[in-house]
Amino acid sequence: MSERENILGRIREALKVGALVPGLHGHGQPASASPLSSPRQWLPKVGDSFDEQLALFAKNAAELKADFQLFKSADEARQAINSLRDKEKWQRVGGHSGDLTDAICPTLNLPLLRTDRPYDVHELEACDAGISECDALIAQTGTVLVTNRSAGGRALSVLPPHHVVLARRDQLVADLPAAFALLQQRYATNYPSMISFITGPSRTGDIERIMVLGAHGPKKLTIICF
Amino acid sequence: MSFVSQFKAQAQVMTGDLRHRKFIRRALRNYETVRDARKASFQDWPGARQRAAETKWQAVNHLDQHLEQFAAKLESRGTKVHWATTAAQAREIILKIVHDKQAKSVIKSKAMTSEEIHLNDALEHAGLNVVESDLGELIVQLRKETPYHIVFPSMHLTRDEISELFQRELGAAATNDPEELTMIARRALRKKYLTADIGITGANFAIAETGMISITENEGNARLTAALPKTMISLLGIEKVLPRMDDLALFLPLLATMGTGQQLTCYNTLYSGPRQPGETDGPEEWHVVLLDNHRTELLADAEQRDALHCIRCGACLNVCPIFRNVGGHTYGTTYSGPIGSVITPHLRGLQEWKHLSSASSLCGACTETCPVKIDLHHHLLQNRRNAAKQKPSFGEQTAFKLFAFAANRPTLWNFGMTMARIFQPLQGAVKGSMLDPAKAWTKTRDLPPIAPESFKAWWRNRK
Ligand code: SF4
Repeated sequence: MSERENILGRIREALKVGALVPGLHGHGQPASASPLSSPRQWLPKVGDSFDEQLALFAKNAAELKADFQLFKSADEARQAINSLRDKEKWQRVGGHSGDLTDAICPTLNLPLLRTDRPYDVHELEACDAGISECDALIAQTGTVLVTNRSAGGRALSVLPPHHVVLARRDQLVADLPAAFALLQQRYATNYPSMISFITGPSRTGDIERIMVLGAHGPKKLTIICF
Repeated sequence: MSFVSQFKAQAQVMTGDLRHRKFIRRALRNYETVRDARKASFQDWPGARQRAAETKWQAVNHLDQHLEQFAAKLESRGTKVHWATTAAQAREIILKIVHDKQAKSVIKSKAMTSEEIHLNDALEHAGLNVVESDLGELIVQLRKETPYHIVFPSMHLTRDEISELFQRELGAAATNDPEELTMIARRALRKKYLTADIGITGANFAIAETGMISITENEGNARLTAALPKTMISLLGIEKVLPRMDDLALFLPLLATMGTGQQLTCYNTLYSGPRQPGETDGPEEWHVVLLDNHRTELLADAEQRDALHCIRCGACLNVCPIFRNVGGHTYGTTYSGPIGSVITPHLRGLQEWKHLSSASSLCGACTETCPVKIDLHHHLLQNRRNAAKQKPSFGEQTAFKLFAFAANRPTLWNFGMTMARIFQPLQGAVKGSMLDPAKAWTKTRDLPPIAPESFKAWWRNRK
């Protein structure tokens, strides 16, 4: 018998004796375990209107020390990314092809390492920034949702010291349940092999519980939304 | 030295170490404030806990189905799934992969399961270079220590101690600025990521419905570990399952709130396979190792089965007065604090580890805080009961028999009380010394004076 069968066999044997459902004091079955009930009702409140949600995202991003920049047009976004380039003296950036990146990145006039084609990670490591799109922005938590399909692979959003996200306003979703619903709707037949909820720039508190940004991932996270 | 005498000796030292106690209290103060603010931001915190507890109950009480579904989904996308009953089997599986790949170096992101099976020792013994990438884990690895806490491995160390360590082990310049110290580690590990042959991770959740693991972290080290090396290995306990992907909409904020007081941890990442056709990076091969290591024995104990609901948030450690006074290393276990005291007897032997269940004030703070409502302090009592039933203590049994005998005989009882009233003042002279038969107990405790008259006498004599 394989270890798989051994382990499953022991589990089945063990489960012959039932265990009480927590918190119900021996009465009944868990009502809320139905897949239809959403955890939304317990989670932190998110406003109903788009403007409230946008304001909440901005507030969360600020708390997380992410730089959230909101613009009216692609032109303004181009200016913003150019000024980042000048301020940080970028020499080389990583990126991928997509509607937003293709519209914005050429303005940088910098060598671009494409990570949606076979690439050398040493070269990506040498980039000053990684510029990617995303799947959604989540108002409730100030999170950027990316997948390796939407955001140029697994490493682009975490290896360079600065991660710049390009997003459209209509990519904002209210909360985590909405984000999971979106993932299901978009990918259920074939999920990308990596899905990441990025909530602020990389950080650690491992030295005296004092927060330091940029532990192993990016020190900076800029979200350019237009 | 037996585990119990080791525990007692170490606990005595640590409780007397006021500097340590103060340091830990200070380190946790900020955690308490932000955790409470986060809890308050939930529309219904008790409802969220109840839902989480029920979801985990579902997962664990149908574990066989969920595991089969999880494994089948993973395999359908090219992941190799391995099953290990014992720690030794898990080590063998991983060593074999490492040998097949002719690997020389391994980069790891934090995994308590790997501490549980002493994986680093095994890999190093086989001649591999092993580097922990989580900052706290790296620090304790360089110190050749075990993690002090399951979420904050290096919380017992001051910045000066860490600075000294980095100077000695990494040849770093002297600095006691947390930011600079973090950057030293960042620079030291960059090269390792790019050159490591194998990346090893743990997992916080295993999603049955979609065949994914979910990894929660703040630093980005797990993301890099799962992106750069050619081969990835993930080691997880079989109890990690959640039925559905969208269960994470509750569990991710719950874990962050209780673990660190964050709304969401920086990176929560789902992996469902190695590099897929058309993808440009990520490991070519991914191995998932499912570890039993006595978890099925805990599962068989229906009374304490809910201990398998644990999401390792560390909240019960943070609120535990015992943990805060004796410190994480005193336990001598992989999992410390209340949850460690509950499960270690199941994982490593009841008689050898029952003392942990007695090292409790039974205040219940752990049960009250646990986000998945594990009945922790009652399980400590159950461990005590089970240990006594399995191996009764002759002394204790005799004492209680004598007590019962006397308590059932009023004349004898009254005589005893009168004698006790007369002799109690003398007890002070021998208290805690060799002559005191109850020395183990009285050494650190005072017996309240016996009332001058009994309640019955007072009732009879009242005006
Ligand atoms: S027992 Fe509960 S509080 Fe303790 S670590 Fe596990 S989930 Fe967290």
